[in-house]
Amino acid sequence: MVDAFSVIVGVAVGLAAGYLGAIMVLEKMALVGDALSHVALPGLALGILYGFNPFLGAFVFLFSSALIIWYIQRFTKLSFDTLVGATFTLALAIGILLVPQPDLLEALFGDVSKITGLEAAIAVVVSMTSIVLTTLIRKRIVLGLISEELAASFGVNIAVVNLAYLLLVSLVVAMGIRITGTLLVGFLVVTPAAAAKTISPNLSRYFMLSSAFGSLSAVAGILVSDFLSQPPGPMVVLSGVSIFIVVLVVRWMTKYSPI
Amino acid sequence: MSGEYILTVSDLSVTLQGQPILSGVSFAIRRGTTLAVVGPNGAGKSVLFRALLGLVPHTGSIEWGGKVKIGYVPQIVSVRDIPISVGEFLSMRRASSPSEALRSVGLDAAVMKKNLGVLSGGQLRRVLIAWAVMDRPDILLFDEPTTGVDLDSEEAIYDMLRRLTREERMTLIMISHERHIVNDYSDIMLALDGCVKYFGDSHEIMNPDIQKVIYREEGLCIVPTVGEADG
Repeated sequence: MVDAFSVIVGVAVGLAAGYLGAIMVLEKMALVGDALSHVALPGLALGILYGFNPFLGAFVFLFSSALIIWYIQRFTKLSFDTLVGATFTLALAIGILLVPQPDLLEALFGDVSKITGLEAAIAVVVSMTSIVLTTLIRKRIVLGLISEELAASFGVNIAVVNLAYLLLVSLVVAMGIRITGTLLVGFLVVTPAAAAKTISPNLSRYFMLSSAFGSLSAVAGILVSDFLSQPPGPMVVLSGVSIFIVVLVVRWMTKYSPI
Repeated sequence: MSGEYILTVSDLSVTLQGQPILSGVSFAIRRGTTLAVVGPNGAGKSVLFRALLGLVPHTGSIEWGGKVKIGYVPQIVSVRDIPISVGEFLSMRRASSPSEALRSVGLDAAVMKKNLGVLSGGQLRRVLIAWAVMDRPDILLFDEPTTGVDLDSEEAIYDMLRRLTREERMTLIMISHERHIVNDYSDIMLALDGCVKYFGDSHEIMNPDIQKVIYREEGLCIVPTVGEADG
C-alpha cells in the first residue's frame, strides 16, 4: 500500500517543480535543469558516506554549482547550457564513483518508501515557499526575457534575480531527487512546462498548467511504481510523457493555437 | 527650449571586448526636447542607450537632472516564444490601468487578451510605447521607433509621440535612420560614428554638406560645448 507521506511529497514537489520549470523552459535552460540535477549526486554520496542528511549535501552541491556557473556566465557570456554541459557530467561521473553500491540505485532513480512525516512537512513548506518566492520574481525574469534593456529601465537587476531563481531551483531539485532520483529529476522540471506551453495563451494559464502537470506526473508515477514495485523515477517520467502526449493530441484535435 | 538640463553626458567612452565603440561623447539636452540620434550602422547608437541605462561599463559621466523616471522602448523584443497576453504585460506596471494606457496609444481594449507574440509590428510598437509611458516618465528612450511598421502606422506613431511629449513635457531621445522623421519630429540631432560628428539643429539633416559629415566619414570628431545646440 502506498504511503500517504510519499503522495504528499509528490503533490508538493511536483507543483513546485512544474512552477519553477515553467521559467526554465522560457529561459531555454531545459538542459540546465537536467544536467544541474546530476551535480547533486556527489553531494548525496558525501551525505551517505559521512552520515549527514544526503539531501542537504545534494542542495549544497546544487547551489554551489549554480553559483559558480552564474558567476562564470556573467564574465564569459557563455550560455548556461554550454557551461553546464561542459562541466556537470563530470559531477555525475564522480558521484557514481563515490556513492556506495547498495545506495546507488536509490540515488539514481529515487525511493519514496521511507519518507517520514517530518520529511513530508519539510517538502511541503519548502515547495510552497519556493512557489511564493518565484511568484515574487517571476515578473522581473519574464521582463528580462522580453528585453534586457526594458528590464533595466524598470530597475531590474537581472543577474541578482537569476541568482535568486537558481537558488530556488536548487532547493526544488534537491527535493525532487527523493522522488525521481538524480538521473531523472530534470524531467520533472522540464516536461510539465513543455506540455503546458503548447496549450497556454497567457502566463497565468501556463504556470497553473505546468504546476498541475508536474504534480500529476509525480503522484501518478509514485502510485504506479508502488503498484508495480518499481523505482518511482522511471514511472514519473512515463506518467509525465503520457500527459505530454495527451496534451499534444488534444492540441492537434482542437486545432488549438495560443492567440 | 529654455529650462534645466535633464541629461548631461561628458566624455563618455565605451569599449566592448577590447574594441572602442564610443569615444569622448559629450552632449546635453533640456527637458521637453526631442533629440534624434543618427549615424551609420555600427556607429554606437544603441550602445549609447545601453550606457544611459547602465547596462555597459563606461568611462566619463552621465548625469541625470535630478531624480528622473526613464521610459524605454526597445528595438528588439523576444515575445514570440513567451505565452504572455498584452494585459499581463501591461499589468507588470502598476502605474495606471492597462486599458487606459492602450487607449492613449490608439489601441482598443480588446487587444488586451491577445498574445504579445501575435501582434502586428505596429500594434507591438504601440503596446511597447504604452508600457513605456504608463507611469509618465520624464524621459523616453526610443530605439528605432517604427521598426517593422507600415508607413501609415509610422506617421501615427510619431504624431502620438509628439502629442505625448507636448502634453506631458516629456523629453524624447530616439534613434532613427530616416531623415524625414529626424527633420519633422525632432528638435536637435546627435550624429554618432564612434564619436560625435555633429550636434545641432535637426533640420540640418537635409543639408547635403551635413549628410556627408554624418554618413560618409568626412567629418571629424567634435566636442560640443554644453548648450551649444539647444541654447
